[in-house]
Amino acid sequence: MLDHFQSEEHSEGSDRGRVSRSELHVVAASISVPKRIVRLWEYRPLLASMVRKELSVKYKNSVLGFVWSMLNPALTLVIYYVVFQLVFKNGIPQFAIFLLCGLVVWNFFANAIMGATGSIVANAGIIKKVSFPREVLPLASVGSSMVFFFLQGIVLIIALVVARDVPAFSYLPLVLFAFVDLMIFSGALAILLGALNVFYRDTQHLLEIVLMAWFWATPVVYPYQQIAGTLSRHGILFLDFISPMTAIILTFQRALYAKVSPLGSLHTVVHILPTNSVLWFAGQLSIVFIVSTVLFLIALRVFGRMEGNFAEEL
Amino acid sequence: MSNAIEVEDVTKVFRLYSEKFSSLKERVIHGGKNPFQEFYALKNVSLEIQEGTSVGLLGHNGSGKSTLLKTIAGIIQPNSGEIRVKGRVSAMLEVGAGFHPELSGRDNIFLSATLLGVPVKEVKLRFDEIVEFSELGQFIDNQVKYYSSGMYARLGFAVAVNVDPDVLLVDEVLAVGDENFQRKCIDRIKSFQKDGRTIVFVSHSPDLVRAICDFAYVLDHGSLIGKGSPADAIAELRDSLNRTKGQVGGAIVEAAGSVSSSTPVHEEQAIAITSISAVADGEQSGDSTRIAPHDPLKIVINYAARRQVGGANITLSILAANGEAVFSANSEDLKIDPFDIDSDGVFELYFDTVPLLDGTYGLAVTINDHMRSPIAWVEEKVGFQVVNPSLASGLVALEYRVNSFSRS
Repeated sequence: MLDHFQSEEHSEGSDRGRVSRSELHVVAASISVPKRIVRLWEYRPLLASMVRKELSVKYKNSVLGFVWSMLNPALTLVIYYVVFQLVFKNGIPQFAIFLLCGLVVWNFFANAIMGATGSIVANAGIIKKVSFPREVLPLASVGSSMVFFFLQGIVLIIALVVARDVPAFSYLPLVLFAFVDLMIFSGALAILLGALNVFYRDTQHLLEIVLMAWFWATPVVYPYQQIAGTLSRHGILFLDFISPMTAIILTFQRALYAKVSPLGSLHTVVHILPTNSVLWFAGQLSIVFIVSTVLFLIALRVFGRMEGNFAEEL
Repeated sequence: MSNAIEVEDVTKVFRLYSEKFSSLKERVIHGGKNPFQEFYALKNVSLEIQEGTSVGLLGHNGSGKSTLLKTIAGIIQPNSGEIRVKGRVSAMLEVGAGFHPELSGRDNIFLSATLLGVPVKEVKLRFDEIVEFSELGQFIDNQVKYYSSGMYARLGFAVAVNVDPDVLLVDEVLAVGDENFQRKCIDRIKSFQKDGRTIVFVSHSPDLVRAICDFAYVLDHGSLIGKGSPADAIAELRDSLNRTKGQVGGAIVEAAGSVSSSTPVHEEQAIAITSISAVADGEQSGDSTRIAPHDPLKIVINYAARRQVGGANITLSILAANGEAVFSANSEDLKIDPFDIDSDGVFELYFDTVPLLDGTYGLAVTINDHMRSPIAWVEEKVGFQVVNPSLASGLVALEYRVNSFSRS
C-alpha cells in the first residue's frame, strides 16, 4: 500500500501547480511504541509551545512573574535557616543548604507529576478536537517544572556562593546523570498518571497523599545516615532504594552539599551522607536509569492502550 | 490519481454507560463493575478518497459521519481497521480549538499551529498572512479572553486554513459565524479545491454538499449505504430516511394528473404524510390542479400521527421539472410558530399568489422535529401545473412597464 502511494506521488498535485506532501499518517487501533517515540520527536515544537504556554499562563497576571518561583525557595531557605540553625539547632551544619539540595529536586518531581496527572483532563477541549500525540500534555508539565527547577537551582547556587560552600567536584558530573534519570523517571510517571486520571478521576487526590508519604520516605529533610543505620541493622536498607528518588537526591546532596561527616555545631561528628565512592553512586544511578527507561517504555505502551478512549471519556 | 485517504474496514464501538463511575472510590464501592452497552458508531466502513477531490459525508444524526471524520483526523482511534492519510491534515472540527484565553492572539497562533503539527519556522513565515486573514490588526497582541466571539472565530479559521494542509477536514464549522465569515470560509474552500487539495466535508445540509463536493458518501447507522455524485447521494440519503422511518411516501408519483399519493402508516413512525395535494382557489381537490400565473394556491398535507411531536415545523419546496427548487422555505424561517402534533391532522398552506409561468411543478414537503431533523418526507413530481395564457416565457411571472419618451 505504501508503494502504491509513493509511485504515484505528486502526479495530481503538480498538475495544479501545487506539490502535495507524501508523508503518511496511519490511524489504527494501536500504534507501536517505537512509532510513538518517533511521532513524539516530530512534535517537539509542540512540546516547546506547550511548555511556553504553561509558563506564561502561570505568571501572566502577576507583577513579579518568574521572580516568584525564585522567591519561593529563597524564602524557604531563610525560614529553615532561622528555624533550624538559630532556634532548634539540630546540629547539622548549613542545614538550610542541605535541605535545599534535596528540596529543589523533590519540588521538581512533585510539581511535574502533580501537574501531569491533571493535564489530560484539563486539556479535554483540544483532545476532542485536535489530533496530536497526547503524551505531549503530561510531558509539557514535566518541561515547565524543569524550567522552575533551573530557576530554583540558581537560588541554590547563589546560596552556595553566599555560604562559601565548595561542592564535591569529583561528584559533579554525576549531577548531570542524576538529572537525566530524574527526567526519564518523572516523564514515565507523568505519562502513566495522566492517562490513569482520565479513567479514575480521584488519582489526583490519591497522589497528594502518596507524594506526602513518599516525601518523608526520601532523605530530604533528614540526613540519609540517620535512617541508614537502623535500616541496615534490620537488613532492609534496600527498601530505601526501591524509590529511584533516593539515589537521585543523594547524588545531588553528595555533589552539592558535599559534607559527608562534618563536625557539627556541638563539636561532634554528624553522619549525614553515605561514604560510598563515585563508582557506587554511578552504579546506583545506572540502575535507576535502566529502571526508569523500562518504566518509560511501559508508560508509553499503557498510554497507547488507554489513549483511544480519551476522546470518549472526557 | 492516487488516494489521499484510504479507510479500510474501520469499526468503532462506543461504550454507553448508564451511570459512569469515574473515580477509584466509586469503582471499589461498586465492585469494579461498570455496566455498559455497546454501540457501533462505525461498522466495517471502507472507502477511498482520491487526491484533489472534495468529498461530502452525508447522514442523519447518529449515522456516524462525524465519528468517521474524527477517526480520519486521528482524534478517535478505531477498534479495528486502519486509516491511511497522505500529507498534512488540518481538521476544522471547531474553530479556535486549543486557544488559551490567557495568552495573546499572537501566542495563540503559534500554539494552535504547532498543535496542528506545523513547524515554528513555517508559522513565522505565515504569521503575517494569518493576522491579515483574521482582520484582527492591532488586537493580535491582546489576550484572547478579551476577544469577541467573532474575533475568536476569525482567528481560529485563519490559523486552520493558513497552515497549508493537504487534506482539510471540515465539520459543520460553516454553521457558525456571520454571513461575511461564512462567505470567506467557502471562498477559501473553493480556492483549496483549485489548488488540488483534498477536502472532506461533513454536513447536514445537502445544499452545501451539492455546492462544494464532487462526490459524496452516505452513512446510516454506522454503515456506508451509498456513494456517488452529490445528487445521487442526496437521493440515497432521502431514501434511507424513508426506509429507516418506515415511510413509503417518498415514492415519487410519476403519472401526470395524479396529485396525491397515499401512504400506509407504519407502526414505528411518529408521523406519516398520507397525502399531499395542491388545490386551486375555489376548487375542492381536483384531479389535476391547474392555475394561471399569480393565482392563489392552497397546499393540503394530510398526516397520520402515532406519537406526539412537539415543536414541529414544515419545509415546503416547489420543484421545477428538472428537480431544482424554485422555492424552498421552512415554516419557522418564515416566522410561523412551530406546531405541536398529537393526533392525525392536516396542514393547509396558502399562497396568495404564485408568480410562476408555464410548467409542471413538483412539491416536496418534510415535517421536522424541533431540531429540524426530518420525521416525514414526501415528494410529488407533479404537484400542480401553471397554464400561462400570455406569451411570456420562462419560469417566473414578472411584468414590466415601459415609459417611452423622446430625449429632445
